[in-house]
Amino acid sequence: MSITNILVAGTGGQGVMTAAEILALAALAHGYDVKKTEVAGMAQRGGVVTSHLRFGEKVLSPVIPAGEADVLLAFEAAEALRCCHELRPAGVILVNTLRLAPPVVSTGLFAYPDDPIASLRATGRTVYAFDAGAIARELGEIKLINTVMLGAISDHLPFPQDELKERIVARFRDRKPELAEANARAFDMGRAQARAAA
Amino acid sequence: MTTAVKEAEDRLLLSGNEAVARAAWEAGVKVATSYPGTPATEILEAIALYPNLHAQFSVNEKVAMEVAIGAAMSGVRALCSMKHVGMNVAADAFMTYTLTGTKGGLVIVVADDVGLSSSQNEQDSRYWGRFGHMPMLEPADSQEAYEMTKAAFEISERFATPVILRATTRVCHVKAVAVVGERVEGPKAEFVPEAARWVMVPGNARNRLPLMAARDVALKAFTEETGLNRIDEGSDRRVGFVTSGPVATTLREVFPDAPIFKLGFSCPLPIERLRAFAATVDTLVVAEETEPLIEMEMKAAGIAVRGKEILPRFGELLPHVVGPAVRPLLGIAEPPAPAAPAKLFPRPPTLCPACPHLAVYHTLARLRKKVVIAGDIGCYSLGAGHPWGALDTCVSMGASMGVALGMDKARDEDDRDKAVLAVIGDSTFLHMGMQGLLDITYTGGNVTVLLMDNGTTGMTGGQNHPANGRDLKGAPAPKVDFARLVTALGVAPERVHVVDPYQLPVLDRTLRQEIATPGPSVIITNRPCTLIEAFERHQPYHTDEDACTGCGKCIDIGCPAISVARRETAVRKNGREVELAFARIDTAVCTGCGMCVNVCASEAIVRDETAAKEDCRP
Ligand SMILES: Cc1ncc(C[n+]2csc(CCOP(=O)(O)OP(=O)(O)O)c2C)c(N)n1
Ligand code: SF4
Repeated sequence: MSITNILVAGTGGQGVMTAAEILALAALAHGYDVKKTEVAGMAQRGGVVTSHLRFGEKVLSPVIPAGEADVLLAFEAAEALRCCHELRPAGVILVNTLRLAPPVVSTGLFAYPDDPIASLRATGRTVYAFDAGAIARELGEIKLINTVMLGAISDHLPFPQDELKERIVARFRDRKPELAEANARAFDMGRAQARAAA
Repeated sequence: MTTAVKEAEDRLLLSGNEAVARAAWEAGVKVATSYPGTPATEILEAIALYPNLHAQFSVNEKVAMEVAIGAAMSGVRALCSMKHVGMNVAADAFMTYTLTGTKGGLVIVVADDVGLSSSQNEQDSRYWGRFGHMPMLEPADSQEAYEMTKAAFEISERFATPVILRATTRVCHVKAVAVVGERVEGPKAEFVPEAARWVMVPGNARNRLPLMAARDVALKAFTEETGLNRIDEGSDRRVGFVTSGPVATTLREVFPDAPIFKLGFSCPLPIERLRAFAATVDTLVVAEETEPLIEMEMKAAGIAVRGKEILPRFGELLPHVVGPAVRPLLGIAEPPAPAAPAKLFPRPPTLCPACPHLAVYHTLARLRKKVVIAGDIGCYSLGAGHPWGALDTCVSMGASMGVALGMDKARDEDDRDKAVLAVIGDSTFLHMGMQGLLDITYTGGNVTVLLMDNGTTGMTGGQNHPANGRDLKGAPAPKVDFARLVTALGVAPERVHVVDPYQLPVLDRTLRQEIATPGPSVIITNRPCTLIEAFERHQPYHTDEDACTGCGKCIDIGCPAISVARRETAVRKNGREVELAFARIDTAVCTGCGMCVNVCASEAIVRDETAAKEDCRP
């Protein structure tokens, strides 16, 4: 059986590691061997964060070999561009269209790319681009972005999307049922996006 | 996580750090100590969740080591964990304890930051095994981290020696599946006085030397027979590997058919088994992170190996590094290089929105021409970066004190135009800064110290320490008063100031006054780190677009919540062109600290009462 390689990318504080952790737990519950590793320095303070998640019958190195990622889940547009070369030529990119300019950009030292989504498409890979923040705001809470993103990847995994959804919703069911409901909706809307936005 | 014991199903997704903690608990550890440091911090945090043991973060690694040694002398099992540089601090203690030998099992877990993701250097802790005559175990993943931690306690007691478990970032922070067991309680503590053993005065220590040499011999025999060292067979005998730690999984991934000698017990080396293995392959490659240690020892034993002439001496041996280095030996053409990454702006880490350090560096950046700033290690090391550029040195924990003093003492009367400043965090000050300050007061150093008390060890994720009134588990604990502490260390009471850093004008005034006055002084800033409970969140601010004049003063603070909305060039009445930068505040991350309100002359920064607060993230 082959290994599934998922790359999750974004910036410190966006929830990249949490998203990768939830995906890892869902893969574990499905019965796979799982390894997850972060390529991050001082992550909580705004730098680049990428998480490698690999699962399958037997995973050896936790690091995805160069150019062998199957799916990229990117929380920020330029960060998708920064690591899309790690994907297979036929890889799938799920990208939040959010543009986060760090201080070195906003103070004019560097430029943010004009259209990172177009550059992603130009690589020939399948790109699903959507505004996860807008979806979250539509649901009344910007912090649901994480769940929108997980919904988006749910149809691009080798196990049923319900297993992932259950992982997320179960985190709230007892503590805060209203949030379980909101997360379930965010998940479904993210999922719909990554099918419609092709 | 609540109590970790409840999760005892058999297949867990554990980081290497959590696996070590689990195994230590199962092995009956009674005392576990550490000082935070990436990538080792979570070992102690995870151990602290288990019952029937005492866990503590000590003020520094040396004290942590001594606490663990005391417990082990009393016959119980103890564990001491730290990052690689912590070993330098702790070495004075363990380099003698290895001579007395241990009673209860003592396992020192050291986490090497191979690849330097969050450290001041990249040193190879495997040398300590040789230097200290201590056996060393090297796990490759979480399951091995679990198993080897247990094995380490057995070996420690069997040979009466401290044992080092050496992990790397790629073990500590990788989550992988591990199967775990249950705790077995150890014996009760009982210290048995035995001066010849525990009192290392020269007369006694001398007698221990032959005993340590005999232990070395016994360990040499053990390494030749232990199952911790094993051959992972492969059918392609053209190139074989000797390796340890996580590199083993990389090699198996890249070279599925190569024979691999995997050293789990890597000090002392099983030289005779390695010699026999070498005879079974055409070319033997030693793949080790980071120094050529195994390589040198094998070459010294007359075994032909390839090593650092084809592999790098620093950084991680990842698939894309090992593959291209070794494939030529197999005559395999290099696969086409994957596409180069896109050229993009950098995204360096920066201080959090509302971080009290922002205030300090904003102020220091304005004094830049007047001061030399000896820095230290912590989140505040980021003050060296954009946009502040207000930190001149960073060496080792606490070094700001001594370095500043040295700079002061080195200069002549005629180059005293600049003031010497030392900038240090609260946790770092307690770790190793106090002694340096004592040196400053004792020798009358002309140094102004900025002690940034943010109530926590921010850099490593927010651990409590003796000056924030909380113990490891968050329960109330005695709290040291920094103002009284530094006074006791000899700083004149009128030269000690406690300042709220958010009050930028007050901070600026106090700093200017202190650097203009000769003699040691200490300015203590007292706002909490945004990670901890003591930090108060308020409704965020936003900018009133009509009121913002584009002066850019708030942007200069460097708070990541503030960015440039748009730029304009305007012509002043006097005909001069000025660049205007209009500000925008990201209300999703602004915590309403109000620091920027201080610098806005146009009252354009106002509260946003509409933003939501509850956290609904999974
Ligand atoms: C000998 C050693 N031990 C541990 C560390 C890891 N470390 C770096 S900075 C730091 C403490 C930072 O805390 P503090 O001084 O309070 O500053 P803050 O990050 O909160 O600004 C630690 C534990 C290290 N670099 N060296
Ligand atoms: S973690 Fe705390 S100390 Fe570190 S940058 Fe953030 S607020 Fe500042």
